[in-house]
Amino acid sequence: MKEFDPGTNAASIVSVTDRVRPLAIGMPVTSLHFLGDIAAFVGAEESVALVSADGEISSVAVHGGGILCAATDGARIVMGGDDGKVVALDKKGEVTLLATDAKRRWIDNVAVHPDGAIAWSAGKTAYVRGGKGEDKFFEVPSTVGGLAFAPKGLRLAIAHYNGVTLWFPNMAANAEVLEWAGSHLGVVFSPDNKFLVTAMHEPALHGWRLADTRHMRMTGYPGRVRSLSWSAGGKGLATSGADTVIIWPFGSKDGPMGKEPAMLAPLQARVSAVACHPKQDILAAGYSDGTVLMVRLTDGAEILVRKNGGAQVSALAWNAKGTQLAFAAEDGEAGLLAL
Amino acid sequence: MAEPTSQKIPVTVLTGYLGAGKTTLLNRILSENHGKKYAVIVNEFGEIGIDNDLIIGADEEVFEMNNGCVCCTVRGDLVRILDGLMKRKGKFDAIIVETTGLADPAPVAQTFFVDEDVQKHARLDAVVTVADAKWLNDRLKDAPEAKNQIAFADVIVLNKTDLVSKAELAEVEARIRAINPYAKLHRTERCQVALSDVLERGAFDLDRILELEPEFLDAGDGHDHDHDHHHGHGHDHDHSHGLKHYHDEDMQSLSLRSDKPLDATKFMPWLQNLVASEGQKILRSKGILAFTDDDDRYVFQGVHMMLEGDHQRAWKKGEARESRLVFIGRELPEQMIRDGFENCITT
Repeated sequence: MKEFDPGTNAASIVSVTDRVRPLAIGMPVTSLHFLGDIAAFVGAEESVALVSADGEISSVAVHGGGILCAATDGARIVMGGDDGKVVALDKKGEVTLLATDAKRRWIDNVAVHPDGAIAWSAGKTAYVRGGKGEDKFFEVPSTVGGLAFAPKGLRLAIAHYNGVTLWFPNMAANAEVLEWAGSHLGVVFSPDNKFLVTAMHEPALHGWRLADTRHMRMTGYPGRVRSLSWSAGGKGLATSGADTVIIWPFGSKDGPMGKEPAMLAPLQARVSAVACHPKQDILAAGYSDGTVLMVRLTDGAEILVRKNGGAQVSALAWNAKGTQLAFAAEDGEAGLLAL
Repeated sequence: MAEPTSQKIPVTVLTGYLGAGKTTLLNRILSENHGKKYAVIVNEFGEIGIDNDLIIGADEEVFEMNNGCVCCTVRGDLVRILDGLMKRKGKFDAIIVETTGLADPAPVAQTFFVDEDVQKHARLDAVVTVADAKWLNDRLKDAPEAKNQIAFADVIVLNKTDLVSKAELAEVEARIRAINPYAKLHRTERCQVALSDVLERGAFDLDRILELEPEFLDAGDGHDHDHDHHHGHGHDHDHSHGLKHYHDEDMQSLSLRSDKPLDATKFMPWLQNLVASEGQKILRSKGILAFTDDDDRYVFQGVHMMLEGDHQRAWKKGEARESRLVFIGRELPEQMIRDGFENCITT
């Protein structure tokens, strides 16, 4: 654990706020993804704002109601809505309808596999569309809380009440169930495919080492964890939910078992979004008071990107090269920083 | 950002045993011209014959919280649906959650006590129970769910009163009052109740825990009228004065009062211990409290083991500084509660 100089404040730290290009997205933003150099701000309902590197904004209609989930592979964003539709958006602004739920149920979760497969869920059913053949589906005992593809092979993690089901859509073998009491609302694989982590309804994370399904409890958060991001190389998992960025160590074979997390960038506000730089040991953190910081993982040094005083930061993203950082707040105020 | 209570979306929970008339009431709320738009969370799609993209099917998933307490249950589906609905804030004015006929209203109410994100944007307005005047008496005998729904209610819509005689109606009302004397009761045919009597009630608003008087004491005129009517026809076989009074064997309410101030250092731990040990039996609790050396009224409410409370306002000049508490529950340990309360009175 690191000690911080309590004297550190916005007045004395390095600031790049004057280099941020402010953007008025004009709608609440719930997630943010880069398609090449285009920043895509996903609205709470109906549309996505595409912003070019020089700040030009164009709005694209994608859903007939609320946009409930979004995931990207860098080439397209796949979204699900309360209109029962799964759609994809590319950087040219072209929208493709991928699926419509027959009963017009909400599409609660989506996931994208690097090789092009997609997954979505409605109620208790998870669907996978691979490169070939028909859509496959799998039903779990309770409503799906989260979906994630394993980094290798076509394997889908389906989070639900009391655990996670690991399903190979192309194999006849029985799905494996990792049990842990409680409601699991989000799920991620570690980039090395060794660990699976869920964000629970309680303010806690739960993890399993996949080799032996050993449990890892990650608790102590004052609020529910809604934002998770793997550091470059996957050695740490940065999380929101506390008044510092909490980073769990996953560099050793035991993961965070028996270890303390690093706690960086403490403020008098709750961390609401985190995004690790794709290549370097840097992360961006957004807070409930509107602050955005860049933080160096090695020594906790901070750079101010956005001052406090605005609405809660709802989304952050880096482009794949790591040369641009975008952020957005719940009220539609946003910004783009070129490094 | 937390929003002030007034800007939070009000959520009405609509319960009632199978066939009591919940769907009729829902259809009225959705089709009447009242200038408001409701998002409705229903347990069965298709029963409502109205096309509305804000009608959402729910699976009624009751989840236990990981805190070792068996009655700390929440509606997992509701957490998810409310989260999704908040993306469309501004498209509707209020939310109605319909439960199945066999549902216990507690997990729905507890969702609002437990979940931080739900609390941020929405507030529980009231539990409205639709009851069938003809069949409720039978259900109270054979269906614990029906009794739970009556005990839990802030508002009871006693429906299908046209299908029963006056004597039967008086009987069923007395049965209801034996379980829950505090709910507002409306007699209806085909759920013809003023919507303002079931929606926007503010029953869970701490600022509005004002009347802890049994409803039948101050709504006397309707009852008196019926009673006189009985007299006039000479059909009154029960009592010559007042209402028929029943005692329900396992579900009852208990009210406590004191005009002497309470010792907050004794009362708070007592209340917390009480709901921790007896919370499974206590469905609802409410109170207005006067503490020693405290010029503010303190108000609290609870559902099973969950409590919330706050200083509400200064006692007014000339206002009687009286503490009042109400518990509604199953097999309440009455003497233990009374003794414990007495012990908190400052001497």
